[in-house]
Amino acid sequence: MWLWLTLIVVGILTYLQRLLFLGSGDDRPGDTLLRRGLRFVPASVLVALIVPDLLVVEGSLLISPANARLIAGLIAIVVAWRTRSILWTLLSGMATLLLLQALVAL
Amino acid sequence: MSPRRTAFLAGVRAELPILLGVLPFGMIYGASALAAGLSPLMAQAMSVVVFAGSAQFVIVQLVAENVPPLVIGATAFIVNLRHLLYSASIAPYLRKLAARHRRLLAYLLTDEAYTVSIIHFQRQPDEPAPGWYLAGAGMALWTTWQLSTAAGIFLGASLPAWLPLDFALPLTFIALAVPAIRDRATVGAAITAGAVVLLARALPFGLGLLVAALAGVVAGMLIDGAKRTGPVVAEEEKV
Repeated sequence: MWLWLTLIVVGILTYLQRLLFLGSGDDRPGDTLLRRGLRFVPASVLVALIVPDLLVVEGSLLISPANARLIAGLIAIVVAWRTRSILWTLLSGMATLLLLQALVAL
Repeated sequence: MSPRRTAFLAGVRAELPILLGVLPFGMIYGASALAAGLSPLMAQAMSVVVFAGSAQFVIVQLVAENVPPLVIGATAFIVNLRHLLYSASIAPYLRKLAARHRRLLAYLLTDEAYTVSIIHFQRQPDEPAPGWYLAGAGMALWTTWQLSTAAGIFLGASLPAWLPLDFALPLTFIALAVPAIRDRATVGAAITAGAVVLLARALPFGLGLLVAALAGVVAGMLIDGAKRTGPVVAEEEKV
């Protein structure tokens, strides 16, 4: 129930964000500070999402070659940088992780 | 062909290469939404109601971590803030449209539809039917997003258990993050956000993500500001 409500509220807010300048015919975000800040939102949010998934294993920091997700993630970063493709990033990261998991299981 | 039809089809055509990447993206969303405990109906409804890939992935991850709804909502709001920029940047090209048409088009203003449309409008400022171009790109994306979500929901349950499906989320975020990091200021924002999120892990209610994102934005703006007042004033933003 709470989740449904959250989805609907997020949906409405997202629509309003898309509508704000388009609907009013106003061309520019008046507040240039806001405009300058918005540019950094994607990189900041995404990196904050990625880092714990790669570096934190069972609640503690693990920066070591034994951390399979870290290695697979680093390879995916290189592939994303070279190819700019979601598909290749996914395939390379997944393949690396599966390979490392298989090696450990041997 | 009428200019409207031509513009609509041109929008669809411009969107096609992007759809190749959207297809697996939507399927992974559908499958990971189920893996996180969302019902199939809820997973599909989110694709219709929110209709913003990265926000949907973030919501799924936070739901899986049992983050409270208020924090989920606030985080999704921040992730979606970039739509303000799209709205502002595309508005001048659509100024002549009736307000009710602009209200409809706002729903279709996603990353992917915005990107191809703004490129077209900048190259062809005298496009006779700009609204139809955006509608073509937006509806091609909408249809693909709904169908790929449904495919992911349908196939998700039949995927083998040894496949680390949860790893698809960070990998997708990597694919989205790398192109967003393109100069010194965005690198600074990224490093700050990554460091702060590790330091803020102890914060309750998943607030670490919000704090880290805000820290990243502030760091980026500070570096940006330092650059502007420094000697290299020549390379201004090309937005």
